[in-house]
Amino acid sequence: MLILECPYCGVQADETELHAGGEAHLKRFGPDSSEEDFEGYLFVRENPKGVHLERWRHSAGCGKWFHAARCTMTLEVFGTYPAQTLAPPKYIVERIKDKRPGWSWRNFS
Amino acid sequence: MSDLATVSRAPARGMITLRGDFTSAKLKRAVKAATGHAVPKSGRIAGDGHKGVAWMSPDELLLMVPYADVASTVDKIASDMGGTHYLTVDVSDARAVFSITGPDANEVLARLCPVDLHKDSFAIGDFRRTRLAQVAAAFWRHDTGFDVVCFRSVADYAEGVLQRSALASKTGAL
Repeated sequence: MLILECPYCGVQADETELHAGGEAHLKRFGPDSSEEDFEGYLFVRENPKGVHLERWRHSAGCGKWFHAARCTMTLEVFGTYPAQTLAPPKYIVERIKDKRPGWSWRNFS
Repeated sequence: MSDLATVSRAPARGMITLRGDFTSAKLKRAVKAATGHAVPKSGRIAGDGHKGVAWMSPDELLLMVPYADVASTVDKIASDMGGTHYLTVDVSDARAVFSITGPDANEVLARLCPVDLHKDSFAIGDFRRTRLAQVAAAFWRHDTGFDVVCFRSVADYAEGVLQRSALASKTGAL
Protein backbone atom coordinates (compact mmCIF):
# COMPACT_ATOMS: atom_id res chain seq x y z
CA MET A 1 0.00 0.00 0.00
CA LEU A 2 1.39 3.36 -1.04
CA ILE A 3 1.10 6.01 1.68
CA LEU A 4 1.80 9.67 0.91
CA GLU A 5 1.73 12.56 3.35
CA CYS A 6 -0.52 15.33 2.07
CA PRO A 7 1.55 18.53 2.37
CA TYR A 8 -1.60 20.58 3.02
CA CYS A 9 -3.39 18.50 5.71
CA GLY A 10 -0.34 16.69 7.05
CA VAL A 11 -2.31 13.42 7.09
CA GLN A 12 -0.79 10.12 6.05
CA ALA A 13 -3.11 9.34 3.18
CA ASP A 14 -3.13 5.90 1.65
CA GLU A 15 -3.57 5.52 -2.08
CA THR A 16 -7.29 4.72 -1.83
CA GLU A 17 -7.81 8.26 -0.56
CA LEU A 18 -5.76 9.77 -3.39
CA HIS A 19 -6.05 10.15 -7.13
CA ALA A 20 -2.98 9.80 -9.34
CA GLY A 21 -2.52 12.75 -11.69
CA GLY A 22 0.38 11.68 -13.91
CA GLU A 23 3.71 13.34 -14.41
CA ALA A 24 4.67 16.49 -12.48
CA HIS A 25 6.20 19.74 -13.71
CA LEU A 26 4.84 19.63 -17.27
CA LYS A 27 5.07 22.90 -19.14
CA ARG A 28 2.00 23.64 -21.16
CA PHE A 29 2.38 24.54 -24.82
CA GLY A 30 -0.73 26.13 -26.28
CA PRO A 31 -2.14 27.00 -29.70
CA ASP A 32 0.75 29.18 -30.94
CA SER A 33 3.50 26.72 -30.10
CA SER A 34 5.40 24.52 -32.55
CA GLU A 35 4.07 21.08 -33.42
CA GLU A 36 7.00 19.47 -31.64
CA ASP A 37 6.43 21.39 -28.41
CA PHE A 38 2.74 20.65 -28.48
CA GLU A 39 3.35 16.96 -29.10
CA GLY A 40 5.84 16.91 -26.21
CA TYR A 41 3.37 18.57 -23.88
CA LEU A 42 0.51 16.29 -24.90
CA PHE A 43 2.13 12.89 -25.37
CA VAL A 44 5.77 12.59 -24.39
CA ARG A 45 6.18 11.33 -20.83
CA GLU A 46 8.93 10.02 -18.63
CA ASN A 47 8.58 6.37 -17.71
CA PRO A 48 11.45 5.73 -15.33
CA LYS A 49 12.26 2.53 -13.53
CA GLY A 50 13.38 4.48 -10.48
CA VAL A 51 12.56 7.80 -8.89
CA HIS A 52 9.70 9.63 -10.58
CA LEU A 53 8.07 12.99 -9.89
CA GLU A 54 4.30 12.73 -9.94
CA ARG A 55 1.16 14.72 -9.33
CA TRP A 56 -1.39 13.41 -6.86
CA ARG A 57 -4.70 14.77 -5.65
CA HIS A 58 -5.96 14.26 -2.11
CA SER A 59 -9.36 13.55 -3.57
CA ALA A 60 -11.15 12.10 -0.54
CA GLY A 61 -9.53 14.61 1.78
CA CYS A 62 -8.75 18.29 1.32
CA GLY A 63 -9.08 18.05 -2.48
CA LYS A 64 -5.74 19.73 -3.18
CA TRP A 65 -3.17 18.75 -5.79
CA PHE A 66 0.36 18.05 -4.62
CA HIS A 67 3.59 16.57 -5.93
CA ALA A 68 5.37 13.43 -4.81
CA ALA A 69 8.84 11.99 -5.45
CA ARG A 70 8.52 8.22 -5.47
CA CYS A 71 10.47 5.25 -6.74
CA THR A 72 8.38 3.29 -9.24
CA MET A 73 10.34 0.11 -8.53
CA THR A 74 10.52 0.00 -4.72
CA LEU A 75 7.61 2.38 -3.90
CA GLU A 76 10.01 4.28 -1.64
CA VAL A 77 8.69 7.80 -1.08
CA PHE A 78 11.27 10.58 -0.98
CA GLY A 79 8.85 13.30 -0.04
CA THR A 80 5.76 15.26 -1.03
CA TYR A 81 5.55 18.97 -1.72
CA PRO A 82 2.89 21.54 -2.63
CA ALA A 83 1.92 21.99 -6.28
CA GLN A 84 2.64 25.75 -6.43
CA THR A 85 6.17 25.24 -7.70
CA LEU A 86 8.05 24.59 -10.93
CA ALA A 87 10.74 22.34 -9.44
CA PRO A 88 11.15 19.89 -6.57
CA PRO A 89 12.54 21.44 -3.36
CA LYS A 90 16.28 21.10 -2.75
CA TYR A 91 15.96 18.85 0.29
CA ILE A 92 13.98 16.29 -1.68
CA VAL A 93 16.48 16.31 -4.58
CA GLU A 94 19.30 15.83 -2.05
CA ARG A 95 17.46 12.98 -0.37
CA ILE A 96 17.00 11.27 -3.75
CA LYS A 97 20.65 11.75 -4.77
CA ASP A 98 21.85 10.39 -1.43
CA LYS A 99 20.15 7.11 -2.20
CA ARG A 100 20.35 7.14 -6.00
CA PRO A 101 23.69 8.72 -6.96
CA GLY A 102 23.59 10.18 -10.45
CA TRP A 103 19.81 10.49 -10.50
CA SER A 104 18.38 12.81 -13.13
CA TRP A 105 14.88 13.43 -14.35
CA ARG A 106 14.14 15.73 -17.29
CA ASN A 107 15.92 19.00 -16.39
CA PHE A 108 16.43 18.13 -12.74
CA SER A 109 19.46 16.39 -11.35
CA MET B 1 -22.42 -11.18 17.00
CA SER B 2 -21.97 -8.25 19.24
CA ASP B 3 -22.68 -4.59 18.91
CA LEU B 4 -19.57 -2.47 18.92
CA ALA B 5 -21.44 0.81 19.06
CA THR B 6 -24.76 2.44 18.31
CA VAL B 7 -25.15 4.09 14.92
CA SER B 8 -27.95 6.60 14.58
CA ARG B 9 -28.82 9.15 11.95
CA ALA B 10 -28.89 12.62 13.43
CA PRO B 11 -31.46 15.25 12.47
CA ALA B 12 -30.33 17.80 9.88
CA ARG B 13 -27.86 20.33 11.19
CA GLY B 14 -27.12 23.79 9.94
CA MET B 15 -23.91 23.61 7.92
CA ILE B 16 -22.21 26.37 5.99
CA THR B 17 -19.15 25.97 3.79
CA LEU B 18 -16.89 29.00 4.09
CA ARG B 19 -13.94 29.46 1.77
CA GLY B 20 -11.46 32.26 2.05
CA ASP B 21 -8.08 33.35 3.33
CA PHE B 22 -7.65 32.04 6.91
CA THR B 23 -5.11 34.72 7.71
CA SER B 24 -7.59 37.54 7.04
CA ALA B 25 -8.68 39.33 10.22
CA LYS B 26 -12.19 39.77 8.79
CA LEU B 27 -12.58 36.04 8.24
CA LYS B 28 -11.33 35.28 11.75
CA ARG B 29 -13.84 37.73 13.23
CA ALA B 30 -16.68 36.38 11.06
CA VAL B 31 -15.99 32.79 12.16
CA LYS B 32 -15.83 33.83 15.81
CA ALA B 33 -19.10 35.74 15.50
CA ALA B 34 -20.88 32.88 13.72
CA THR B 35 -19.75 29.97 15.89
CA GLY B 36 -18.18 31.42 19.02
CA HIS B 37 -14.92 29.65 18.17
CA ALA B 38 -11.65 30.65 16.56
CA VAL B 39 -10.47 29.11 13.25
CA PRO B 40 -9.13 25.65 14.22
CA LYS B 41 -5.74 24.23 13.32
CA SER B 42 -5.54 21.77 10.43
CA GLY B 43 -7.24 18.46 11.19
CA ARG B 44 -9.17 19.85 14.15
CA ILE B 45 -12.70 20.90 15.05
CA ALA B 46 -13.57 23.65 17.52
CA GLY B 47 -16.88 23.32 19.33
CA ASP B 48 -19.31 20.56 18.33
CA GLY B 49 -21.80 19.62 15.63
CA HIS B 50 -24.38 22.11 16.88
CA LYS B 51 -22.15 25.15 17.18
CA GLY B 52 -18.67 24.68 15.86
CA VAL B 53 -16.16 25.06 13.09
CA ALA B 54 -14.08 22.35 11.39
CA TRP B 55 -10.95 22.58 9.22
CA MET B 56 -11.75 21.11 5.80
CA SER B 57 -8.77 22.23 3.70
CA PRO B 58 -6.26 25.11 3.70
CA ASP B 59 -8.95 27.47 2.42
CA GLU B 60 -12.20 25.82 3.49
CA LEU B 61 -14.04 25.65 6.81
CA LEU B 62 -17.26 23.91 7.75
CA LEU B 63 -19.32 26.08 10.08
CA MET B 64 -22.02 24.35 12.10
CA VAL B 65 -24.88 26.32 13.61
CA PRO B 66 -28.47 25.47 14.59
CA TYR B 67 -30.50 24.60 11.46
CA ALA B 68 -32.86 27.56 11.91
CA ASP B 69 -29.98 30.05 12.12
CA VAL B 70 -28.30 29.25 8.79
CA ALA B 71 -29.80 32.04 6.67
CA SER B 72 -29.16 34.73 9.28
CA THR B 73 -25.59 33.44 9.81
CA VAL B 74 -24.85 33.57 6.06
CA ASP B 75 -26.14 37.16 5.97
CA LYS B 76 -24.08 38.09 9.01
CA ILE B 77 -20.92 36.63 7.42
CA ALA B 78 -21.61 38.64 4.26
CA SER B 79 -21.71 41.86 6.25
CA ASP B 80 -18.68 40.87 8.37
CA MET B 81 -16.58 40.03 5.31
CA GLY B 82 -17.30 43.32 3.57
CA GLY B 83 -15.38 43.58 0.29
CA THR B 84 -13.10 40.62 1.03
CA HIS B 85 -12.96 37.74 -1.44
CA TYR B 86 -14.76 34.77 0.13
CA LEU B 87 -17.53 32.25 -0.52
CA THR B 88 -20.31 30.81 1.63
CA VAL B 89 -22.77 28.07 0.71
CA ASP B 90 -25.60 26.68 2.80
CA VAL B 91 -24.93 22.94 2.57
CA SER B 92 -27.26 21.86 5.42
CA ASP B 93 -29.60 19.90 3.18
CA ALA B 94 -26.78 18.41 1.11
CA ARG B 95 -25.40 16.52 4.07
CA ALA B 96 -26.34 13.59 6.28
CA VAL B 97 -25.00 13.22 9.80
CA PHE B 98 -24.54 10.01 11.79
CA SER B 99 -23.59 9.60 15.42
CA ILE B 100 -21.61 6.55 16.45
CA THR B 101 -21.61 6.20 20.21
CA GLY B 102 -20.08 3.63 22.49
CA PRO B 103 -16.63 2.70 23.79
CA ASP B 104 -15.71 0.86 20.58
CA ALA B 105 -17.01 3.45 18.13
CA ASN B 106 -13.50 3.78 16.69
CA GLU B 107 -13.57 0.12 15.60
CA VAL B 108 -16.72 0.75 13.58
CA LEU B 109 -14.97 3.46 11.56
CA ALA B 110 -11.62 1.70 11.43
CA ARG B 111 -13.21 -1.06 9.35
CA LEU B 112 -14.31 1.45 6.73
CA CYS B 113 -11.75 4.25 6.64
CA PRO B 114 -7.99 4.26 5.93
CA VAL B 115 -7.30 6.17 9.15
CA ASP B 116 -5.40 5.30 12.33
CA LEU B 117 -8.19 5.63 14.90
CA HIS B 118 -6.30 4.67 18.04
CA LYS B 119 -7.15 7.18 20.74
CA ASP B 120 -3.50 8.27 20.94
CA SER B 121 -3.45 9.00 17.18
CA PHE B 122 -6.95 10.42 16.78
CA ALA B 123 -7.96 12.28 19.92
CA ILE B 124 -11.12 14.09 20.95
CA GLY B 125 -11.49 17.16 18.73
CA ASP B 126 -9.55 15.64 15.83
CA PHE B 127 -11.32 15.98 12.49
CA ARG B 128 -10.64 14.08 9.30
CA ARG B 129 -11.99 14.12 5.76
CA THR B 130 -11.51 10.75 4.19
CA ARG B 131 -13.13 7.79 2.46
CA LEU B 132 -15.91 5.83 4.19
CA ALA B 133 -15.96 2.53 2.27
CA GLN B 134 -16.70 3.85 -1.24
CA VAL B 135 -17.87 7.39 -0.50
CA ALA B 136 -16.33 10.62 0.75
CA ALA B 137 -17.01 11.46 4.39
CA ALA B 138 -15.70 13.49 7.29
CA PHE B 139 -15.79 12.71 10.98
CA TRP B 140 -14.56 13.90 14.33
CA ARG B 141 -14.15 12.32 17.74
CA HIS B 142 -16.07 13.72 20.71
CA ASP B 143 -16.63 12.67 24.33
CA THR B 144 -18.98 9.79 23.56
CA GLY B 145 -17.89 8.61 20.12
CA PHE B 146 -17.82 10.02 16.61
CA ASP B 147 -20.00 12.18 14.40
CA VAL B 148 -19.81 11.34 10.69
CA VAL B 149 -20.83 13.69 7.90
CA CYS B 150 -21.39 12.56 4.31
CA PHE B 151 -23.36 13.64 1.26
CA ARG B 152 -27.08 13.06 1.69
CA SER B 153 -27.25 11.42 -1.74
CA VAL B 154 -25.22 8.50 -0.33
CA ALA B 155 -26.76 8.53 3.15
CA ASP B 156 -28.51 5.16 2.77
CA TYR B 157 -25.28 3.54 1.63
CA ALA B 158 -23.32 5.14 4.49
CA GLU B 159 -25.91 4.10 7.06
CA GLY B 160 -25.83 0.55 5.72
CA VAL B 161 -22.07 0.14 5.91
CA LEU B 162 -21.93 1.78 9.34
CA GLN B 163 -24.70 -0.42 10.75
CA ARG B 164 -23.12 -3.52 9.26
CA SER B 165 -19.71 -2.57 10.61
CA ALA B 166 -21.16 -1.99 14.09
CA LEU B 167 -22.48 -5.58 14.18
CA ALA B 168 -19.03 -7.14 14.03
CA SER B 169 -17.18 -8.44 17.04
CA LYS B 170 -14.47 -6.42 18.68
CA THR B 171 -10.99 -7.05 17.33
CA GLY B 172 -9.24 -5.30 20.21
CA ALA B 173 -6.61 -4.07 17.76
CA LEU B 174 -7.32 -0.45 18.63
